Amino acid sequence: MLGRTLREVSVALKQGQITPTELCQECLSLIKKTKFLNAYITVSEEVALKQAEESEERYKKGHSLGELDGIPVAVKDNFSTTGIKTTCASNMLKGYVPPYNATVVQKLLDQGALLMGKTNLDEFAMGSGSTDGVFGPVKNPWSYSKQYREKKKQKPHGENEDTNWLITGGSSGGSAAAVSAFTCFAALGSDTGGSTRNPAALCGVVGLKPTYGLVSRHGLIPLVNSMDVPGILTRCVDDAATVLGVLAGHDCKDSTTVQDPVKSFILPSLTDVSKLCIGIPKEYLVPELSSEVQSLWSKAAKLFESEGAKVIEVSLPHTSYSIVCYHVLCTSEVASNMARFDGLEYGHRCDINVSTEAMYAATRREGFNDVVRGRILSGNFFLLKENYENYFIKAQKVRRLIANDFVNVFNSGVDVLLTPTTLSEAVPYVEFIKEDNRTRSAQGDIFTQAVNMAGLPAVSVPMALSNQGLPIGLQFIGRAFCDQQLLTVAKWFEKQVQFPIIQLQEIMGDCSSVFENDLASVSLKQ
Amino acid sequence: MSVQPSPTLFMAAAAAPSDGVILARRLLRLRSPRGGMWARAARRVLRAPGGGGRGFASKAGGGGVSAGGEAAPQERGRVPGDVIEHLERLALVDFGSREAVARLEKAVAFADRLRAVDTDGVQPMESVLEDRCLYLRPDNVVEGNCAEELLQNAHRVMEEYFVAPPGTRFPKFNKLSHSKLKI
Repeated sequence: MLGRTLREVSVALKQGQITPTELCQECLSLIKKTKFLNAYITVSEEVALKQAEESEERYKKGHSLGELDGIPVAVKDNFSTTGIKTTCASNMLKGYVPPYNATVVQKLLDQGALLMGKTNLDEFAMGSGSTDGVFGPVKNPWSYSKQYREKKKQKPHGENEDTNWLITGGSSGGSAAAVSAFTCFAALGSDTGGSTRNPAALCGVVGLKPTYGLVSRHGLIPLVNSMDVPGILTRCVDDAATVLGVLAGHDCKDSTTVQDPVKSFILPSLTDVSKLCIGIPKEYLVPELSSEVQSLWSKAAKLFESEGAKVIEVSLPHTSYSIVCYHVLCTSEVASNMARFDGLEYGHRCDINVSTEAMYAATRREGFNDVVRGRILSGNFFLLKENYENYFIKAQKVRRLIANDFVNVFNSGVDVLLTPTTLSEAVPYVEFIKEDNRTRSAQGDIFTQAVNMAGLPAVSVPMALSNQGLPIGLQFIGRAFCDQQLLTVAKWFEKQVQFPIIQLQEIMGDCSSVFENDLASVSLKQ
Repeated sequence: MSVQPSPTLFMAAAAAPSDGVILARRLLRLRSPRGGMWARAARRVLRAPGGGGRGFASKAGGGGVSAGGEAAPQERGRVPGDVIEHLERLALVDFGSREAVARLEKAVAFADRLRAVDTDGVQPMESVLEDRCLYLRPDNVVEGNCAEELLQNAHRVMEEYFVAPPGTRFPKFNKLSHSKLKI
């Protein structure tokens, strides 16, 4: 049952093939078995079981709330959840228990979803590896997959099996790992510069970043107000659309959500792509791109072409400045947003009581790690009076140029852009930590952050396994508020490539029976 | 032949793409391996916007992102000491170490690449939703009355007050060892 898609399980629940409580127990048991992945910071067992009970009552009476009723989900630990501690993987918020639910969390709960727990991330969502949180790094489930281990055996390495585990990517690595390892059917992440799409690609799951303004940010502890978006991680595109259908819509508590009536997100099954125009941005072909990803990207383009779509090369001329622009705007907004953490009203507070400033300073030093502090200081530098015009305003102008690049491309008849999501497949942790957080973020976010600056929707879809047996995903970028069209194309692509299911039986122990039946019956046909 | 690239040289190269690309490439090759990201970013900047369409030799797959490649460690403007102090005061976050200051300098050098972009006549973009009206709720109280809940998260409260220490003296940060705060 755990290997099925969200919609399949929903049908199973309605038909009584399994009860929400049984489903919940299975997921909780699997979470315990996969604890070494460190995907969860908090497992909300009691809450989940209680919700499962309530869901079961509803199913018995035939009053289920919808497709998400009784479905286990996980939420990234930078979304506020009532009564469940929300830490952002930081000492600053260790032990902080919010008195309210984030709107997106509330929407999931209102639909009867079961909250399995809060997932691990980079501290305050700053990073692209999920390695810099105070609760430790997240391990990529694919490190333990049969597909990867079989390929590794061919190499004469005598290393201890678990010292060379792979990163999940970030910063929503915990959510991606939770979904990838079957411990839940959907997870919430956040996407500021690619934080949902990056780990999705490295963990072989679907990662959706909706259009900015479509989904409420109320309750999402903010990083960059003008770019943050709640992200959705699932095992297939249809599931992502289902969740988006629940989350999208105006929220009066988030004035940056648009008031347009919400369109349906039910995805048609596209059979004819001949009317589609796919754009391939040439500036995304950078030397650092691994040859495998590059060849898969080519292959995908040819696939669309062979099925009748128009595939053209397009230009986004300011691409090379995009990461620099993002760096300035991100650090500036972070500097502003992190100012709220002073130890007075919530969060960590130091012991110094001599003066307010001394107390704030010590609290912030103790509470934030180097990455966060570095960004705050950089951001404040760019916001200094003497630098404001040359850095911050300049970056805002470049942002407009970048957003306009996309507008021009879409106006020229392109429906969807196709790009890589990451430079390569997941790398070992010991390799990843050789460079600092900012270097890695610049590399990890390279294909994804421009989308956040333009506010467009984008989705990473797993395509194939690399020569090492690890997932590689490709990114589709759509027009603003055309999320449904974007997902329709993504769904077609997913069906064409038939990405393999991760084989984790080796480490699941007696859970393997859970999968045997499912592997035969799981299908991506919806 | 040893040539020391300077920030000015790189910026001049950015202004004249074709010659600058070849020159910068030669310089980059002379560097010792470290700090790959900045050098790669430099190459990208120099290559855009008209230089696309060339077939790039791509790296072998597997092993992904690794360190190595050329470096440009000199490419970093010094941030003066008084600015450092000013930043610490504004941010109420101390640098704590020489490395942190170096990281800031690298961040600033990275940001300097934006100077190569021509933004004459371009308006700054604050929000991607700038063509829409910001929604404002009607000014009616519909929720609240949760003082107790909110106070629960604070370490020091007294009745319905958050308690803060007096706000008159300012700490002086000691960069090398931050175990003491001198005021």
